[in-house]
Amino acid sequence: MSDALTQLAIDFSLLSLITVGGVITVLPEMHRSVVEVRGWMSGAEFAQLFALAQAAPGPNILVVSLIGWKVSGLAGAAVATAAVCAPSSVLTYAVSQIWQRFRGARWRKLVEEGLVPVTVGLMLAGGYLITLAADHSVAGFAITAVTAAVVLTTRIHPLWLLAGAGLLGLAGWV
Amino acid sequence: MSEAAGPPGVGELFLRFTQVGVSGFGGVMPWARRMLVEERRWLSAEEFNEALGLCQLLPGPNIVNMAVCVGTRFRGARGAFAAFMGLMCAPFAIVLVLGALFTQYGDVPAIASAFRGISAAAAGLIVAMGLKMAASPRLRSVMAVFALAAFVGIALVRLPLGVFLLAAAPASIAAAAWRSR
Repeated sequence: MSDALTQLAIDFSLLSLITVGGVITVLPEMHRSVVEVRGWMSGAEFAQLFALAQAAPGPNILVVSLIGWKVSGLAGAAVATAAVCAPSSVLTYAVSQIWQRFRGARWRKLVEEGLVPVTVGLMLAGGYLITLAADHSVAGFAITAVTAAVVLTTRIHPLWLLAGAGLLGLAGWV
Repeated sequence: MSEAAGPPGVGELFLRFTQVGVSGFGGVMPWARRMLVEERRWLSAEEFNEALGLCQLLPGPNIVNMAVCVGTRFRGARGAFAAFMGLMCAPFAIVLVLGALFTQYGDVPAIASAFRGISAAAAGLIVAMGLKMAASPRLRSVMAVFALAAFVGIALVRLPLGVFLLAAAPASIAAAAWRSR
């Protein structure tokens, strides 16, 4: 493996184990390693890649694929993506198996009962923060509110709502 | 649309998580919940909340953990691998193609404004998912305090998530234990 690939593998596998609660939380650390320590790209380029990963379908962690691609092409993209996913996934696999084995155990039930309210609160907080980040106009907030209301009250497929909102944006209304 | 079936096979895990991955503009978790709870009914609403709780506590991207967790639950290591590959492969290819196009065409204003609309709607999907999860019967008790604390601590006070979880998770689990005495 070339030096750059080795560095990608090391940096992102460490990042994998400190990512608690989503990509947004490790963005500052990712920026530090990619822009300041390794000097792989400028801060502006880094921000562009993140915006691109957010606009594309799929997990936001794919920003890592774009960083790897910028540093060392397709191999870089593959190495960086695997590195950021493998350690945490292996841990999740191991914990899931233990979790399965203790199905019906009293302590497992208590842990779940305790975690569910926290999880719900975190999800509502995520919705709030993402709304603030995404919307910069009254029209934006209106689209967010209408989308949420429609999803809660009808069975319309959400892709139609995204497509409609994209068209409104294209028409210059957002 | 919603047919309840037996445990999904490896191929089906791959396929369904591929669908979830490519639909997930601006956040994949609402699509995962829709597929798992509403369409396929592989998990009940409560099981989804529980699995997500575990996935948030563990390090790594939550949605990736969710795929691994669901895959493991139904088909062990092979299921975990299939769900993971389903979730990641197609979006990986798409994002690299977009990256290549982006370096070619830079920022076309029309595209940027379309994305503003899409992100606004995507935020609405996440808000709706949070509200659906809040309908959990477990929140109709004093335990709702911990949901409120999580919202205030993370959304308003902006505490670092790790610090918050270190304090809130044990407290909430202790409260659950105390309540069930």
